[in-house]
Parts: sequence; structure tokens; C-alpha cells
Amino acid sequence: MGRSRVASTATGPEPGAAYNRRHESISNSRLTAVSAPGIVVAGLHKRYGATLALDGMSFSVRPGVVTGFVGPNGAGKSTTMRVILGLDAVAEGTALIEGKPYRSLRHPLNHVGSLLDASALHPGRSGRNHLLWLAHSQGLAARRVDQVLERTGLAPAARRKAGGYSLGMRQRLGIAAALLGDPPVVMLDEPFNGMDPDGIIWMRGFLRSLAAEGRAVLVSSHLMSEVQDTADHLVVVGRGRAVADAGVAELIAAVSGNRVNLRTTAGTAATRVLTQAGATVTRAGGRDTLVVSGLPADRIVTLLGESAVPFSEVSAHRAGLEEVYLELTRDAVEFRAMTPTEAAR
Amino acid sequence: MTAGVATSRSGRWAGPNGFARLVHAEWTKFRTVRGWVIGTVVAALLPVLVAVLAGVSSDQRGSQTVPVGPGGEPVTDSFYFVHRPLAGDGGMTVSVSALSSSIPSGPADLEPGTVPWAKAGLVIKQSTRQGSPYAAIMVTGGHGIRMQNDYVDDTAGPPGPASAATVRRLRLDRSGDAITGYASADGTHWTKVGTVHTSGLGPAVQGGLFVASPPAVDGRGTRGSVSTAVLGDLRGQGNWAGGDWTGTQVGPESPTFAGYPRNTSGSFTGAAGRLTVTGAGDMAPAVRETLPTGGTLGDLLTGTFAALIVVVVVGTLFIATEYRENLIRVTLAAAPARSRVLLAKAAVLGGVTFVAGLAGAAVAVPLGERLARSHGVYVFPVTASAELRVEFGMAALLATASVLALSVGTLFRHSAGAVTTVTVAVVLPYVLIANPFMPASVANWLARVTPVAAFAVQQTLVRYHQVTSNYTPYDGYYPLAPWAGFTVLAGYAVAGLATAALLLRRRDA
Repeated sequence: MGRSRVASTATGPEPGAAYNRRHESISNSRLTAVSAPGIVVAGLHKRYGATLALDGMSFSVRPGVVTGFVGPNGAGKSTTMRVILGLDAVAEGTALIEGKPYRSLRHPLNHVGSLLDASALHPGRSGRNHLLWLAHSQGLAARRVDQVLERTGLAPAARRKAGGYSLGMRQRLGIAAALLGDPPVVMLDEPFNGMDPDGIIWMRGFLRSLAAEGRAVLVSSHLMSEVQDTADHLVVVGRGRAVADAGVAELIAAVSGNRVNLRTTAGTAATRVLTQAGATVTRAGGRDTLVVSGLPADRIVTLLGESAVPFSEVSAHRAGLEEVYLELTRDAVEFRAMTPTEAAR
Repeated sequence: MTAGVATSRSGRWAGPNGFARLVHAEWTKFRTVRGWVIGTVVAALLPVLVAVLAGVSSDQRGSQTVPVGPGGEPVTDSFYFVHRPLAGDGGMTVSVSALSSSIPSGPADLEPGTVPWAKAGLVIKQSTRQGSPYAAIMVTGGHGIRMQNDYVDDTAGPPGPASAATVRRLRLDRSGDAITGYASADGTHWTKVGTVHTSGLGPAVQGGLFVASPPAVDGRGTRGSVSTAVLGDLRGQGNWAGGDWTGTQVGPESPTFAGYPRNTSGSFTGAAGRLTVTGAGDMAPAVRETLPTGGTLGDLLTGTFAALIVVVVVGTLFIATEYRENLIRVTLAAAPARSRVLLAKAAVLGGVTFVAGLAGAAVAVPLGERLARSHGVYVFPVTASAELRVEFGMAALLATASVLALSVGTLFRHSAGAVTTVTVAVVLPYVLIANPFMPASVANWLARVTPVAAFAVQQTLVRYHQVTSNYTPYDGYYPLAPWAGFTVLAGYAVAGLATAALLLRRRDA
């Protein structure tokens, strides 16, 4: 990674911890306002042999917004979703849908629609028949099947064998299945996987429309870029727990902190002056850009002016979501390539 | 709790409609995969195809007709008869001082041997026609004195053999349809062995002495035996016609066809005071070995086995495909009560297979019988209820095997391993019992404890204690009664289903 490690060189508390603390106050206030949010996951612990898959996973999903569930592969996203659906058991913790455990739901698809794996279908069965047996299991009529086929745009291909569907069509079929019971909660695991650009745009709009209808929407992805334009709220996970649970705007602001971007051609001199004054200086993306933390912007301007170091711009540093994500999950990535700096050591 | 309603995994009330919905969903799943539907149709057609092939492939037109007893069952009726006509009621007494049997030990050697069901005594028979009604009292080689009538009925009298030291006296009286047999050790004190009612004797019967000697079982085969009895003090009461006793070989006249060892034949010498009678053959119900050309419903339904393999494959795939495609997660997310999901699957699969199997059997059995008979093949007769039992039994066998396959598929979560396991569990014992060289004890053990025990539902042959024969599954005789044999397979299926349900509930999906 060419980008320097801002947060780890910054003094002060771990960013994740800060967001968690902040989130606690947010969620507490929301809990008083909303009686039973869509999904509440609390303290999930699960182990596969020697591997700790879930290590205190806790978060909640509100109705009316799209919640992004992001983290690197292996961070516990899919496991969490399976636990929410009652498919996997946990050693500790609870997962509630509108206040109830999934397994107590009599017709679960009327409460939660989910898509875990778009390829989970019998290749010899038509898409329509796939939805039909699901509908029959919930006591729903065939009319409902045709409605969701229309809504997901799959109607023309509905009577073909699902084995011949493209991945994008399978995703649509999975979404159609999730919508069968018109559920207030929708949960999708990596719905963007394998989609072409048109499909991704369709999916984003679709997720937003689901949230606009008042549903709680949880969408997982291992790529922040897939959800950053769609999600209103983010749960970032790493190593089996949520490392951040906050609104997109809050998250960006928090990671950015009180850091300042400094554009100067005299990087070495500026670094020496500012470091002597107690700041931490790192080199950022652009060749002439430094990121300074520990000093307010007006003090930086004064110091550089006193030492006659030339600079062309001083501005508040604003982190991108991608950067936020990388910062938060850096420790959580189990297998990552060494950065150039590490390699040079 | 109301019957048929279970609680979900969480223990909450799941409602009576829940299970019907699961069954509906599983039925939709089943009927929408073409391969499974085709497989089920094939499973129904295979027995029909095999029955048709069996029916048309052998042509026995013009062969000898099988003698049939008064009850309609095929019989063996071949013995040496020393007789005179008796009009109306009457009786006779005789003493038996020896009954010895010989069995060939080589091409030209006869050696003394024991033939437990060698018979010598008195018989009253409608005529010398094979299959005609009769009643007889006799000394046997190893089963004491017996009274037998109309081929299938057998009553035990005093035990022990006949010899010069222990002369056995026999008496047989006719009074209308009632014939009473007596036995005595001294000629003074008579013990009644039994009274039997034999209809169709008519006013004039043939009465007299007889000697029969059924083939001795020797490993997989039999060897014809011959027996000779020494009889004396023959006296008749009543209206006996004719002056002389006539010796007749009832059944095939040629000694070879009548079952005599080489260079022997039926005969009698001496006079009423002391007669030596030699005979072979038997007066008894026919069994598979004595009527090897006869076919059974089980023979016509050999295709059941082919259908079974298809059914096992479909049953396994019904669940294993869900694991292969990760569809099981969709299924269990839609219906978190896992045991009920498995039960619904079993109900649909078993129900569909049962209907297909019943349709196949209901066509295969009558069609095969008709074709076989039109080609001159003798088919062992069955009652209408036994035929229904064979048909329903085949359907139940296939349905239960499919549920067993479903259970093993759930345990393995993998079709190849499950199909192999179930096929081996069924095919291997089937192949072993279908091997004529398998020792009877092993074959019968296999047909008691392995899933092939269920093939007993196709058994239509009757085992007779008074006929020594090879009674093995290969010959069409199963050690367990039809539904008892089926219960063995059902036990495996229920145990498999229970284990599968337990694991399905415990495992992460």
C-alpha cells in the first residue's frame, strides 16, 4: 500500500474503540426510540475447531436504512448471517429478529428475507418452480411468486432451468426469494458478487428502494466500494467482532480526526519544524502532501511562517471510506501481503 | 398434544397446518426436477418390463400338466399302490413289520439310508388319477405314525419306527366322507389317530396299501430314494370287489420319471398274509424343488430389484442434491423445524414411491401371470389376498427403501457415498441369497437380519413340514413371514430416519 499508516502513527485511542464507544450512546438512544429494531445481534461467540469465528459479535440493524456489513473475507460476516437465520448454533450470544429468535418464527420468510448464496438452487428446476416450493412452504400462493419475479425483472427467464442462469440472474432469483414473504427485514450476503456494472447499479437502486419502503436492510460485502454509495450505516467487522458500528458520515469524520493536509514543496523542512513543535507528520498520497496531526491548522500556518518554510495549501484531512475500512480492518486481515515498508525492513 | 402435530425445535407450537405446508413444498420440489420424476416412472415400469419378459421368454406349451390337489394347489402324487375297489363304507387293517429305504451313493450303487418321510400304510383314494382326494394312515421313516389326507393335511400319531420287534398295526375306516385312522402296537388296543373329512371320494373308491419314498435332500440337490415295506395281516371289512390286489404305479409309469433310482421300480410280491411292497415318490404338496418348472409371483417380480436401485438413487439425491447445491440452507431457513422437514421429505418420497410401486406391481403381476400361463408355464397359484399382499408389499418395499436412502443421504450429505452404502446394504445380501451355492443357514440368516428380509413380501410358496426340501430364499422360501420380513427393512428405515433427524438438528446447516 502506497498510503501511509495514518492512524497507527497518530497518538490517542484506537479509532475503532472510539467508534464503538460513540455507537453505544447512539444505539442506546435509538433503542429507547424504536421498540424492536430489525435485527439485534448480541455477544455471539462461535468456534470452528481451533478457529474463533465469532468473538463477541454485536450490532443492530434499523428499519428504513441500508446497513452495510463489511469486513475482509473470514471476518465472520457469513457466519453471523447463518446464526441470525438459525442455521448455525453459537456457544454464546443471541440474534433476534424483531425481538424473537429466528427458530421461533412460524413462517420465517414473512419476517426475514435472506440471500446467502445465489448458487443455492437445483440446476434442473426452473426459477419459477424454485420460488414456488418456497412459497408453498410458507403457505403463500403462486400469485406472489409472479409478483416477485416481475419486481426483480426475472419474469422472462422464470420458466427456464436455473442451472442455465448467469450469476446476475441467480442473484435476482435469490432477491426474489428473499422478497417472497414481503418481509420487514432483508439480509443479503455479497449480493454484488459476480454482477456486471448494470446489475450493480440496479442492485444499489433496489436496495435503496427496499429501505425506502421501511425495511431493515443488511448487506454484506468484503469491498467497501460496493456498499459505500448504498449504505447509510456501516457495521465494520474484523476477527469475529464489529470494530465499528456507525453512520457513514460519522465514521468518516471520526477517522479523519483533527488531522490536517499540508501541501508543500519543502517537505523535509516542514517535517522538521512541525515535529519539533510536537506534531506527527506522515507523507500522504500526493508527492507534495503531508498529513499532520497533533497541531491545529492555524498553529501550523504560524510555525511554517516563522521558519519561512514555503507551502501552498493547508486543509482539514478528510478520509475516504476505503481508507477508513483499511484502517479499521488492518489488524483483522488474517492473510495480507506485506506493505512495501515492511518488506524493506 | 394432538396427534400429528409436533413442536418446532424451539419447542414452540408449530400448528397443524405447518406440516401440510412442508409436505406441499417438498412435493413441489420433487415434481419439478425432471430426473426424479423420470426415475420414479422408470422404477414403476421396470417390474412391468421384467414381468413381460419373464412371461414371454419361456415356452412350456405341451409339457405335462401339473397335478392339482382338491384344494387347487399343485401336488406330488406318485407312489406304488396295491389296491382293490371298495364300494360304500368299509375299512381295512394291516401290520407293518419293516420299512427300509435306499439312496443311491453312486451311478450304480444303492446304499441303505434314512428317508424320514418314507411312507408305508393304508390309503383310501378316489381313484388312481393324480391329484384325486385321499386319506391315508402310515408308518414313516422318521416321523412315527401319521395320518394324512388331501396332500396338505398331516396329523401325528404314535411315534417310533416299524420293525420286526415293534410291529405297527394300522387301521383305516371309511364312513361316508369321514375317514378315521387308528394305530395299535398289539392288534387289540387301538388308538385313534384322527378323523378327517374328505369330500369328493364318491361311492366307489380304491383302497389298499401304498409305499412312497420322497427324494432325499443332498446339499443343493436331491437324490431319488426307494423304500420297501413288509406288510402283513391285511384284512378288509365291507364291500370289497374283485378278487386280486392290483399293483399300480400312480403318476408317471416310467420308473425314472416316477423318481426311482436307476435299476429299481415299484413292485409287490407275496399274498395278503405277507406282502413286500417297493415304491418311490410321494403323496404331498408340491414344493419348488419337486416342481422346478413352476413359476411364482416373486419370479415375475424380479424387476423389483432393478426398481429398488433406481428408487435408492432418487431417494438419496432428493436430499444429497440439497447439500451439494447448499440448498439445504434455503430449505432450513424457510422451515426451521428440521425434523419436520425431514419427515415431510420422507412422506413425499415414500408416498410417491409407494404409488409408483403399486402401479407397477398392479400391472406387472396380472400381466406376467397371464403371459406366463398363455405360454404354458405353470404358475404356483395364490389367493386373491396373497396377490394383493405381493403387490402392496412391493410398493411398501420400494417406498421404505427410498426412505432409508433419504436417511442415509442425510447422514452422509453426499450422494455418491450414500448411494454406495445403501446399494451395498441391499444388493450384497440380495446377491448372496440369490446364489444357489450359499449355505441355507447363511442365506436364511441374511434374509432375517438384512434389508433384503423385506423380499419376503413377495413369497407365495408355502413351506410344508411334511416335505423335506431346500427351503431357502433362492427357492422362494423366506425364513420370515411376509410382513415380518418387511418390518426388518422398516426397522432400518425408522432407525435411519431417527438418526438422520438427530444429526440434522445438531449439525450446523
